[in-house]
Amino acid sequence: MNNAYDLTRPDPARMRPPVEARYVRSAPRTVARGLGWFSLALGATEWWRPASTARATGLDGWAPVVKAWGLREIAVGAGLLLSRHPAPWAWARVAGDVLDLATLALGRDGVHHRRHRAATMAVLGVTVVDVLCARALSAEARRRSQPWYDYSDRSGFPKGLQAARSAAVMVPDDMRAPPALRPYGEPGAEQRA
Amino acid sequence: MKALCWHGKKDIRCETVPDPRIEEPRDAIVKVTSCAICGSDLHLFDGFMPGMMEGDIMGHEFMGEVVEVGPGNKKLKVGDRVVVPFTIVCGECDQCRRGNYSVCERTNRNKALAEKVFGHTTAGLFGYTHLTGGYPGGQAEYVRVPYADVAPVKVPDGLTDEQVLFLGDILPTGWQAAVQCDIQPTDTVAVWGAGPVGQFAVRAALMLGARQVVVIDRLPDRLSMAKACGALTINFEEESVLERLAELTGGKGPEKCIDAVGMEAHVPRTLDSVYDRAKQALMLESDRAHVLREIIYACRPAGTISIPGVYGGLVDKIPFGAVMNKGLTIRTGQTHVNRWAEDLLRRIEEGQIDPSFVITHTVSLEDGPQMYETFRDKEDGCIKVVMKPGEPSRHTATAERAQP
Repeated sequence: MNNAYDLTRPDPARMRPPVEARYVRSAPRTVARGLGWFSLALGATEWWRPASTARATGLDGWAPVVKAWGLREIAVGAGLLLSRHPAPWAWARVAGDVLDLATLALGRDGVHHRRHRAATMAVLGVTVVDVLCARALSAEARRRSQPWYDYSDRSGFPKGLQAARSAAVMVPDDMRAPPALRPYGEPGAEQRA
Repeated sequence: MKALCWHGKKDIRCETVPDPRIEEPRDAIVKVTSCAICGSDLHLFDGFMPGMMEGDIMGHEFMGEVVEVGPGNKKLKVGDRVVVPFTIVCGECDQCRRGNYSVCERTNRNKALAEKVFGHTTAGLFGYTHLTGGYPGGQAEYVRVPYADVAPVKVPDGLTDEQVLFLGDILPTGWQAAVQCDIQPTDTVAVWGAGPVGQFAVRAALMLGARQVVVIDRLPDRLSMAKACGALTINFEEESVLERLAELTGGKGPEKCIDAVGMEAHVPRTLDSVYDRAKQALMLESDRAHVLREIIYACRPAGTISIPGVYGGLVDKIPFGAVMNKGLTIRTGQTHVNRWAEDLLRRIEEGQIDPSFVITHTVSLEDGPQMYETFRDKEDGCIKVVMKPGEPSRHTATAERAQP
């Protein structure tokens, strides 16, 4: 028997373009959707209540900036929730985190220590999640954008599938299922009943 | 001689080591003509299996020519062409006489260590940690084969190395996985993992008469290879495994489920896989058992779960309530290669199956360390790597050609 296909390396002629799936199920995408909803909620709060948000984070007097950041959060949240390719939007969230941290650093007034510190810690925590999520999404995007090899000519059955089907009906006694676990209708089932 | 040696996590090197020699009367020395990287070698490469020591020679899938035979070996002679099963068996203990070769009671020379970890010893294995005897492996130019008058399978010259090499491990492993499901003509068999063992399990299930076989993976090249033999496929990144299996079985679930994934499930989708990764990183769990959990949920009540995938130590959050209440049968174990090898060799000779379909890359031994990474990362369409000791490295050959 001779081998019908090249065993030294995959045949470039059988390389196929990446598959564009309508929907991809993965943990990074689930996290990204969660971050998208979080962005929308935070953005809406910052847009409609900029003064209270600024106060709550120890940034008194920065309401206009907070309002602008609200718009940014809403845009990024919508991007994460609606895009088929969420990786760039996840990196946009990371960039937003850097802006938030810079704003917190510049807006420190030395009066509202506790609120300011809590806000900074919260942004740092979210930044870690954002970076991990963005990295995982980028890795997933890289993997899914690779071409792949089509091995559909490799059945392993030289005489064809029909000849191979049921070619080996042999199970040693110690590997047989107990009669009660075999399907009804099988020959001999009535003896087992 | 040259051999691939383990030097720590993600560190395998092709080095010059001392040649093996006959140590016991029943030994033989085999000159390796072909060897392969197994999925379970990756557990050593990734550092998930305990018991490796620096300098250990890797590999347990190999074949070659007998070049020296001990005085007590009446089965082999110099010049014989043999496939060497990955399990070292004595052929005389209680377990061997029952055909349970992979739990041979005599060949593990580190029996005390194995008893501490597993409760009882298992067979010695080539190139697979000191828990299983610390025997030098087959990713080398020469190998000492202990008890060589029992396990090695003589192969005829008419068949290529590629056709018979996998008789030593993955072909019988896929075969046993399907056989121990006791497949009935009405059965749906679901196979998780379309790697080499999964591919053979699919073909075995079809040959054993399954009504339909469903394969679950995420890599299109592996799924295309499974489709080639008539299996249905589920890409778990693009559809729900449980919903699709329910659809294919009238809502009842597959009767027979095969876990051909094992301890390193790559499932970046679910909460439990994140949990597993965190526990593994903290050394609170050794194996990521997402696939096993999913199988337990998917399997039809009174069904059978067969586990050829390797698990090494401790797993967490196994829904054993479901196992018990659904009355599932679980069958597992390392493969009793010699129970199946002769029969499978006959099937290869008759042309029923040609195992070489699974090979995607053939390289020299020197190129082996690089191929560990390619295989681990599933790059370049890599499904199975075969190495040819003694053949020049691709890189060396390219460099020589480039010189004026």
